Amino acid sequence: METNSGQELRRYDVASVTNEQPLETKRLLLKELVAHLREQRTQAREDWARRIQEANLLTAMSNEEIFAEATSVYDNYVEALATGTFEALQAYARNLSERIIPRGVETEEVVGIVLLLRDVLARSLFSKYRSDFAMLNRILDAYEPAANRIAITVAVGFVQERERTIREQQEAIRELSTPVLQVRERLLILPIVGLIDPQRARQLTEQLLRGIRANRAKVVVIDITGVAAMDTNVANHLVQTVEASRLLGATVIVSGLSPEIAQTLVNIGVELSKMTTVGDLQGGIEEAERLLGYRVVPKSSDTAESETV
Amino acid sequence: MEVPILKQGPYLIATIQTALHDADLVQLRDAIVEKVGKLRAKGVIVDVTALDVIDSFSTRTLSDVAHMIRLRGANTVIVGIQPEVAFAMVQLGLVLEDVATALDLEEGLSYLHAKDRQGERAVPRRR
Repeated sequence: METNSGQELRRYDVASVTNEQPLETKRLLLKELVAHLREQRTQAREDWARRIQEANLLTAMSNEEIFAEATSVYDNYVEALATGTFEALQAYARNLSERIIPRGVETEEVVGIVLLLRDVLARSLFSKYRSDFAMLNRILDAYEPAANRIAITVAVGFVQERERTIREQQEAIRELSTPVLQVRERLLILPIVGLIDPQRARQLTEQLLRGIRANRAKVVVIDITGVAAMDTNVANHLVQTVEASRLLGATVIVSGLSPEIAQTLVNIGVELSKMTTVGDLQGGIEEAERLLGYRVVPKSSDTAESETV
Repeated sequence: MEVPILKQGPYLIATIQTALHDADLVQLRDAIVEKVGKLRAKGVIVDVTALDVIDSFSTRTLSDVAHMIRLRGANTVIVGIQPEVAFAMVQLGLVLEDVATALDLEEGLSYLHAKDRQGERAVPRRR
């Protein structure tokens, strides 16, 4: 008995997997399916919106908003099933993501609602074809691959949009965080604020080296007043930056080492003897001016001389 | 590929134009050290602007050149190291110890001028 039914089941599986249904039948089935979904539009949408609320998804949005979005997602969903093309749905998913990401909608919520819609629609198919099991099976054969692809499209669209946002923000922060400023002819300052991770350290060095060449700098003051803590890696990177700058013919002065950082550096034994270090930014700039041969003279005390020599 | 060594006033300028083999580098080193004496040069500029890779052998040879030239009584300055090259060198631990470097040819010349003036101050000029 058992083997028998097992065999029968297997035979059925093979039939569905190998797609023995002719393409024409499949298209007809999808057409019937789409017609059914269009018919059920009101009912299914309501069910869906209700289940979203019950599952406590999309809490950042009001019920009306959820219903409005549900309507357009539903229409796009049916449209994708009907045409078999996913571009419109993809575009819509991206657009939707753009709108809801800033409101703090999470990935699992988006995936959750799409899967809910899939469930709601499957449920309505079950109730329609419950008397004809073979027909239901064929309908599901047509429905499931398309529905899965839709779910993937929407979820991936959301995640991609999110990643794009994150990438843009990271880029913006990185750009902002490493200005290389020219304060005098051939004198650059590089104020470093905040945490330095290996990636940022690398970018910092690159920008500095490029700045040295672009501005033909001779002296660079790296001000690390705004750096709270420093470890071996960062300290070594600083030493490397100083060395690399020297290879380009620029002298580096490091200013603004806090007492804590000074202690750390001595304790971990970083080779700092090659670096010129100065207490604060003012001292750093004065030292740099001295190296460049500038002399700043107050106007009143010596009018005969120009301000800088 | 032979590197031309040009005389410009009291200085010699060697501009490396393409990537060099180890043998070429050694030949360059020998040629510079010899010419410094023959032409009574006070300084040497080695221009590496065209190099986009400087490996350990090049680094070693360049620093050998600088040290040899110092023994011959002249100054050396390496000019035109590219930013990416500088960074790569430092990361690989290739540091031109005790070798003067400058941004470009112009900077190199002004460095040698400055060195010369210092030298003149240290040693009283003959009347």
